[in-house]
Amino acid sequence: MSRLDVRKTYKLYIGGKFPRSESGRSYEIVSAKGEFLANASMGSRKDVRDAVVAARSALSGWSGATPFNRGQVLYRVAEVLEGRRAQFIEEVAAGEGLSTRAAGAAVDAAIDRVVWYAGWTDKIAQVLGNVNPVAGPFFNVSAPEPTGVVGVLAPQGSSLLGLVSVIAPVIASGNTAVVVTSADRPLPAVTLGEVLATSDVPGGVVNIITARTAEVASWLAAHRDVNAIDLTGVAGADGVHWAALEAEAAGNLKRVYRPMVVDGRPVEPDWNADPGLGRIRAFVETKTVWHPKGL
Amino acid sequence: MVTVSTTTRSAQELTAQARDVLGVSRLTNSALTSWLHGLPGVDQVGCEGRAAALGTRSIKTTSKAWAIDTAIGMIDLTTLEGADTVGKVRSLCAKALVPDALDPTTPRPAAICVYGDMVATAKAALGDSGIHVAAVATAFPSGRASMPVKLADTRDAVEAGADEIDMVIDRGAFLSGDYLTVFNQIAEVKQACGDTHLKVIMETGELVTYDNVRRASYLSMLAGGDFIKTSTGKVQPAATLPVTLIMLEAVRDWRELTGVQVGVKPAGGIKTTKDAIKYLVMVSEIAGDDWMTPQWFRFGASSLLNDLLLQRQKLATGAYSGADYVTID
Amino acid sequence: MPTFEYAPAPESRAIVTIEKSYGLFIDGAFTRPKATFATINPADETVLAEVSQAGPKDVDKAVAAARRAYEGVWGTMSGAERGKYLFRIARILQERAREFAVLETLDNGKPIKETRDVDVPTAAAHFFYHAGWADKLEYAGLSAGGAEAPRPHGVVGQVIPWNFPLLMLAWKIAPALATGNTVVLKPAETTPLSALLFAEVCQQADLPAGVVNIITGDGRTGQALVEHPDVDKVAFTGSTEVGKMIARSIAGTSKKATLELGGKAANIVFDDAPIDQAVEGIVSGIFFNQGQVCCAGSRLLVQENVHDQVIAKLKRRLGTLRVGDPMDKNSDLGAINSKAQLDRITALVEAGVAEGAERWSPECSLPAKGFWFPPTVLTGVSQTHRVATEEIFGPVLSVLTFRTPQEAVAKANNTAYGLSAGVWTEKGSRILWMADQLKAGVVWANTFNRFDPTSPFGGYKESGYGREGGRHGLEAYVTTAPATSSTQLTGATR
Repeated sequence: MSRLDVRKTYKLYIGGKFPRSESGRSYEIVSAKGEFLANASMGSRKDVRDAVVAARSALSGWSGATPFNRGQVLYRVAEVLEGRRAQFIEEVAAGEGLSTRAAGAAVDAAIDRVVWYAGWTDKIAQVLGNVNPVAGPFFNVSAPEPTGVVGVLAPQGSSLLGLVSVIAPVIASGNTAVVVTSADRPLPAVTLGEVLATSDVPGGVVNIITARTAEVASWLAAHRDVNAIDLTGVAGADGVHWAALEAEAAGNLKRVYRPMVVDGRPVEPDWNADPGLGRIRAFVETKTVWHPKGL
Repeated sequence: MVTVSTTTRSAQELTAQARDVLGVSRLTNSALTSWLHGLPGVDQVGCEGRAAALGTRSIKTTSKAWAIDTAIGMIDLTTLEGADTVGKVRSLCAKALVPDALDPTTPRPAAICVYGDMVATAKAALGDSGIHVAAVATAFPSGRASMPVKLADTRDAVEAGADEIDMVIDRGAFLSGDYLTVFNQIAEVKQACGDTHLKVIMETGELVTYDNVRRASYLSMLAGGDFIKTSTGKVQPAATLPVTLIMLEAVRDWRELTGVQVGVKPAGGIKTTKDAIKYLVMVSEIAGDDWMTPQWFRFGASSLLNDLLLQRQKLATGAYSGADYVTID
Repeated sequence: MPTFEYAPAPESRAIVTIEKSYGLFIDGAFTRPKATFATINPADETVLAEVSQAGPKDVDKAVAAARRAYEGVWGTMSGAERGKYLFRIARILQERAREFAVLETLDNGKPIKETRDVDVPTAAAHFFYHAGWADKLEYAGLSAGGAEAPRPHGVVGQVIPWNFPLLMLAWKIAPALATGNTVVLKPAETTPLSALLFAEVCQQADLPAGVVNIITGDGRTGQALVEHPDVDKVAFTGSTEVGKMIARSIAGTSKKATLELGGKAANIVFDDAPIDQAVEGIVSGIFFNQGQVCCAGSRLLVQENVHDQVIAKLKRRLGTLRVGDPMDKNSDLGAINSKAQLDRITALVEAGVAEGAERWSPECSLPAKGFWFPPTVLTGVSQTHRVATEEIFGPVLSVLTFRTPQEAVAKANNTAYGLSAGVWTEKGSRILWMADQLKAGVVWANTFNRFDPTSPFGGYKESGYGREGGRHGLEAYVTTAPATSSTQLTGATR
C-alpha cells in the first residue's frame, strides 16, 4: 500500500503571514477535469482591507530599497521558483488542464519572466526618466517613482505565467501589491506566496487573496488607500463589470490598467508575447525636480 | 547741500562693539568666521531673478522726473585716472556746480570723487557749494600696500580737506579667510578718518559670489564703515543690480540688528537713466525709502550725469535731446 | 523723508480689437453668434463681449469637423509638415504677443506683467517645442518591446480652466497637434477671448479647417464634449471634483484621459534656507496669478526655529506688493477672476479665522469695482483646519510649522493631492532626500512655480494623472498598441 500523502492547506498570504480568511470560509477548488484539488480560503472584503494595510506599511521599505536590491530579490524569487518547478507543473497542469509538457513550458516561461523583470529594476529610471533642457539656469530631471499600493486582479486563466506577468512589473519599480487571484485556479498563487515568503521579499510587498473576484473586486477598486488597479482579471470573471470597477476607482482617481477588449468583451492577453514596458509604465509616477544652478 | 553724519570711532571702540554684536569675549578670526558663515546663504538664480523682476518696473511721467532729479543728487561725480590733472578736476567741479547751463533748476550731484592728491584742487573749486569731496585712499584700487602706507594715504586726504574717504578692503585677506585682518584694517582706517565719512569698497567683482558679498558687507558694517560700496570701477564686473540688492538687504537687516543705518554706493558701469532708475526702484523696495537720499545712497559714476540730463531735457521740452545739448567735462 | 511714488503706467488696450459678439470656431470658420452670454473684465465688471453657448448639436458639428480633418488631412500628413504648421503658430503668437497679453489681462484680471512675461511667451514656447517633436515621435522612446510606432488617437476633446487661458490652451493643443490628433477645445466660461483670438492665429497659419475647433460655453458644453462618443481622448485641467466626474464618465469606454487637477502644495522652509530667496519663493508661490494656480504653494511649512524671522520678512515683503489695475505695468496682483471665486475665497478665509487662524494682510486699498481680495497670510494654522486641506485658489497663504525633516514630509504628504511641493535649504543632501520623500509630481527646490515646455507637469494621487510637457507629455496623445482591429482595446492605462 502506498503512503498516504500529506496535503497542503491553501491559505491567504497577507503581510508575510499565511492566515485563513477572517471570514472563516473556504471554497472547493477542482481541477480542469472537475476533480477535487483543495479547499481554498475564500477571501472577504476584510481580508482585502487587511492586505491593503499590509501593502501600505511595506511600501516605504520596498520603494526605498535600492533598485539593485529589488533586482536581487526578484532574481531570488526566480531561483526559488525553479526549485519548486515540479510542484508548479503539477498545480498548473491540474488547474489549467494542460499536459505536463505544456504546463512545464508555462512554468518555465513564468520563471524566465521573473528573471526578465529582475533585470529591469535598475533600468526603469534610465529608460523612463531623463534630464529636461529647460530654458533657464536650472537642473531639471524627471524620473519614475512607484505609484504606491496597487490592486491587481490577476488573470482568471493563466494561473502562474499570467500571475507573475502581472505581479512582477508592479513590484519591480517599488510598488506593493494586493493581488486577487484567479477565482477558480488559485492554487499556484498560494504556492507562489510560499515562494515569495522564502525568497527575501519583505512581508506585505505582495499580498495574495484567493477569492470570488465578483465579491471582493469592488472593495479593492473603491478602496481610498489603493493608488492604482490592474483590471486584467476581469476577463472571464463571473459577474464582474469592469466599467463599474473603473468608475469606482475614480473615487480617489486611481490609475487604472484596463483589460484588453476585443469586440466589446474583455479578454486575457497572450502571456507568451513580449510584455513590453506597458505594465511598468502604468504603475509609476513621473516626478520632476527643479534646482537652480549657481555659484 | 548734502549732509552726512559721522561718528568718530576708535579702532578699540569698534572692536568692543563687534564683540557685543557677535556675543564673544574676544574678537578672533574664528569668531568672525563662524558669524559670517552663519549668515543665510544667497541663491544666485533667485537673487538675480528678483533683481531682474524689479528691473521691469515702469517708471513714467512725474515719477520719472522725480527719480531723475533724485539720481542726479546722489551722484559721486568721479574721475580716477592716472592722467587726471588740475585742469581736468577743475572742469569736473565746474560741471558739478552747473550741471545744465540751460536749466538752473537742475540739482547738483552729491560729491566729486578724486584721488587724494586732487582733494585740495577740488575743495578750492567747489568752495562752499556744499558739494562734497570724496577721496579714494588705502592704495586704491588694489589695496596692496602695508597698513602704515594705507593709513598715511587716508590721513593725507583727510588733512587736505576730504569730506569722505572711499577705502578698499584687502580682497586677498578676505578670500583667504583672514577676516580679522580685513576687520582691523577697516577699523583703523575708520579711526584715521575721524569725523570724515568712510565708504568701504568691497570690489565685489573680485569676491565673485553673492555669499561673499553678503559676508563682506556685514564685515564692513561691523568694522565701522558708514557706507558699503561695490567697486573701484577698475575691475569687471563692477556694480550690478543683484550685487547691490544683496547690499541693500544687508544694510536693511543691519539696522534691524543694531539700530545703525549704513549707506550703499554702487559704482562703475552705471551709465544710463534707465539703469539708475532700476537702482532707485531697488532702494525703495528692498531697503525702503529711508535710504532714498544722498545721505544713504550714492551712485559712483561719470557719464551717468549727462544721460540723466538728456532725459531731464526730454521731460522738459517733450523732444528727445542730443549729446550736443549737454556739456562734457 | 522722500518716497518713491510710481505714477500710473497703464498698458494701452488699443492694440486689441474685441468684437461685440463671437460665434464658435468650427471647421475653420466662425459660426453666427447665438445663445450668447457675456464675458466681463473682472477688474471693473464691464462687459467685454458676448460669446456663444455651444449646445449638443454644436459639439456634434465640432467633433465631426475634427473627425473629417483627422481622417482627411491631419492624420495622414507627414510629421514634418505638421511640425511646420506648429512652428508657424508659435511665430504668430510671438508676433502678436502684446495683443494676446492685453486681451488675456482684460478677460482674466491677472496683471499685464504676468501675461506679458509669462503666459504668452510660454504659450509660444510650447508650440515651438512641440513643433520639433512632430516628425521625431519614433525617437521618443515610447515604442520599445514589440509595440508599434506612436500613432495619434484621433479626435481629442479638451477642456481648460480660467487661470491661464492661453497657456493651458497651448499645453493642450500643441502636443495634440504635434502627435497628429485633431482638437475640439472648450475654454473656460469666464475667459473665452484668448482662445477665440487663437482661432484667428490658426486661420493666419492656414491650418487646415477642422484641425482645431474652439467651442465656448459653460460646464454643460464641457460635459457634452467629454462624453461625446466620437471623442477618442479627453484632456482636462480643472477641479478634482470635475476630474472625478470625467473619470467616471469614461469608465468602461476606450477613451483615454489626462487630468490635471487640484493641489495643496507645501512650501517647506528649513532654518538653513537662503532666507531672502525663500521669501521670494513664498511670495511667487502663493501670490503669482493671485494664487489661482493649481500648484500654488498654499501651505507654508516653516521650521519652528525660524518661523518668526521668516514671517517678519514675509510681512515686510508683502508691504511692497502692488495690488490694483491689472493693466498697470507695475501691478503685482490683479483681480480675482470671478465673483464666484471671490466668494469661495472669502468663505474659506472666514472659516479659517473661525477655526482659530490669525489673519493678516498688508495695507492696500482695493478698487471699488471688480473682484478683489488682498494678499492674506493665515498664521497659527493646524493640519486639521480647512484652510490647510482645501484648495483655496486665491491669494491666501496658510502657515504651519515643523520641527524635523520627517515631520515636514509627513505634513506635506498628508493630503489627498500630490501636485507640487517646494523645499528651501542650502544643504544638498537634504534636498535630494526631501525630493525623494515628497509625493508630488513636481518638486521645486530653492525655487518655485517654474514652468517649461520641456519639463513634464502633473500630479500624484487626486491631483490627476498623466503628464503635460516634455517627452513624457507625448505619451498621453499617442498609442503604440498593435492596430489589429478597430474594436480592440489593448490593455493599457486610460
